[in-house]
Amino acid sequence: MGKFKSKARNVKSFLISRFIFLNGIISIIILALILAFLIANSIRFFSSYPFLEFLTGQKWSPTVLGEFGFLPLLTGSLLVTFGAIVIAVPLGIGSAIYIGELAPKAVREVLKPIIEILATIPSVVIGFIGIKLLAPLIKDIFNIGIGLTALTGSIMLAFMSLPTIISISEDAINAVPTRYRHASIALGATKWETTHKTVIPTASSGMVAAVMLGLGRIVGETMTVLMITGNSPRIVFSWLQPVRTITATIAAEMGETVQGGMHYSSLFAIGLILFIITFLINFVSNRFINRIRES
Amino acid sequence: MSKEGLEISKRKKILTEKFFYFFLLFLTLVVVAFVLGIIIYLIIKGSGAINWEFLSQKPREGMRAGGIFPAILGTFYLILGTLVFSLPIGILAAVYLNEYASKNRLTRVIRLSIVNMSGVPSVVYGLFGLGFFVMLLKFGKSILAGCLTLAFLILPVIITATEEALKAVPDSYRHASLALGATRWQTVVKVVLPRALPGIVTGSVIGIGRAAGETAPIIFTVAAFSQPNLPNSIFSQVMALPYHLYVLATQLTDTPEGVQWGTALVLLMMVLIFSIIGTAIRTRSRLRRKE
Repeated sequence: MGKFKSKARNVKSFLISRFIFLNGIISIIILALILAFLIANSIRFFSSYPFLEFLTGQKWSPTVLGEFGFLPLLTGSLLVTFGAIVIAVPLGIGSAIYIGELAPKAVREVLKPIIEILATIPSVVIGFIGIKLLAPLIKDIFNIGIGLTALTGSIMLAFMSLPTIISISEDAINAVPTRYRHASIALGATKWETTHKTVIPTASSGMVAAVMLGLGRIVGETMTVLMITGNSPRIVFSWLQPVRTITATIAAEMGETVQGGMHYSSLFAIGLILFIITFLINFVSNRFINRIRES
Repeated sequence: MSKEGLEISKRKKILTEKFFYFFLLFLTLVVVAFVLGIIIYLIIKGSGAINWEFLSQKPREGMRAGGIFPAILGTFYLILGTLVFSLPIGILAAVYLNEYASKNRLTRVIRLSIVNMSGVPSVVYGLFGLGFFVMLLKFGKSILAGCLTLAFLILPVIITATEEALKAVPDSYRHASLALGATRWQTVVKVVLPRALPGIVTGSVIGIGRAAGETAPIIFTVAAFSQPNLPNSIFSQVMALPYHLYVLATQLTDTPEGVQWGTALVLLMMVLIFSIIGTAIRTRSRLRRKE
């Protein structure tokens, strides 16, 4: 009896550990499923539309002309992303240095939760504020017809990427050993000289990783750009023109497509490209972060 | 160098230092002003529209008047369903990583996938949910499809938070339980998980906040443009607050300003409350541990 009981217990614990294992690898399963579905649904598009025409096509007009040129979406995404990074880097790195190194402890305790709140504001709310407040402002300042431009998107996306950039940069600053600071001060350097010549160079690789993670957020952001960048899939090279990003195209057009059709499949195709781009950005930046943590 | 020269160079140094301090402080204040500005402005513009009727009634006149109750309720259903799927899976995944897994290649790949999952754009989750749950499994545009999609989206949050909480449970607890003859699973269920509960709750609440505010993943999987009738099964479509705000702001632009700002404020408050609750639980359990 006792033997039987212990055997049953063994079987039970074996089953439990298998079940837990299955949950443990869920993240791998999900990532693989996502990739599989993006590929499966975009096959129809890639097999019937010439790939070169897709990559170099200058018109995205799936319903009217039946043309699926990727360039306008790519330039749209690049324009918005580049603008956002230019704004986000000084704000993010600057705030991280202030919060992580210079601010008194009490001030830091107030600032950090405020930055965390920024991360929780839904992107649709940021987009709404963009429509109501920022777009009219841009329209007046630059004296243009409509305020829904690449620049409007860049500004809002920059702020949305800040929680990521600030928190990871701050981690990098905190990881700089205190003895470095002591050594610098002992050599007669002022607090600012220590920050600027010792702490920042030591933390700089972490800051690069932080900016890259922020970049991943910006490239993948959907609702805000859909709402405030003007929804115009044309190739433009000015921040004061309306554009259409990859993400916004998917969100805007998926509702009107015939499921299983060419247009439907093309949206999965650009989704696949988006997935690969963000995956690479995240992969590289996390390698960076892990290497810093290990050393 | 003369004594005066030294004085001047020192003063110059102090001046540069002051300049940079102020510059960095200024950059930080820009960020703070942005966050507080949005919240305060939303409260000022939105609070006038919020009353009991707005929160408890169905929309009228093509959603241009009346309340937003169906959207609030829809978001509530989505949150609940998302938790039902993501909580057990997320907790067990964290239990595997912290209590069962050995340090090998597979474990490293799992950790890498979790990090990469959280970097996948939300609109890609939406595409996946459409292809898998809506089309292949034939759930249609439904609460079920939407909740499963959102559950996948917030899994990394729940796994990471739970694992942190499990790590904080001292090994001596596990050793004591195992020494008393408990199996590993019994130890996990009766000793480790109860101790880690506050951390798990924090992670779930933060995850919920994220799920409640997401729009892109629900557009193709569950959200209805207008669905004044309340849902009667898990295969119904529902209205949801974030999507409703999107519709009001971009498609029904002639809606009275008050209704738009009110909807935005309700959504923001909902998300903020979750975040505050999560942070409060975390802070309390940290303080207790210190005692």
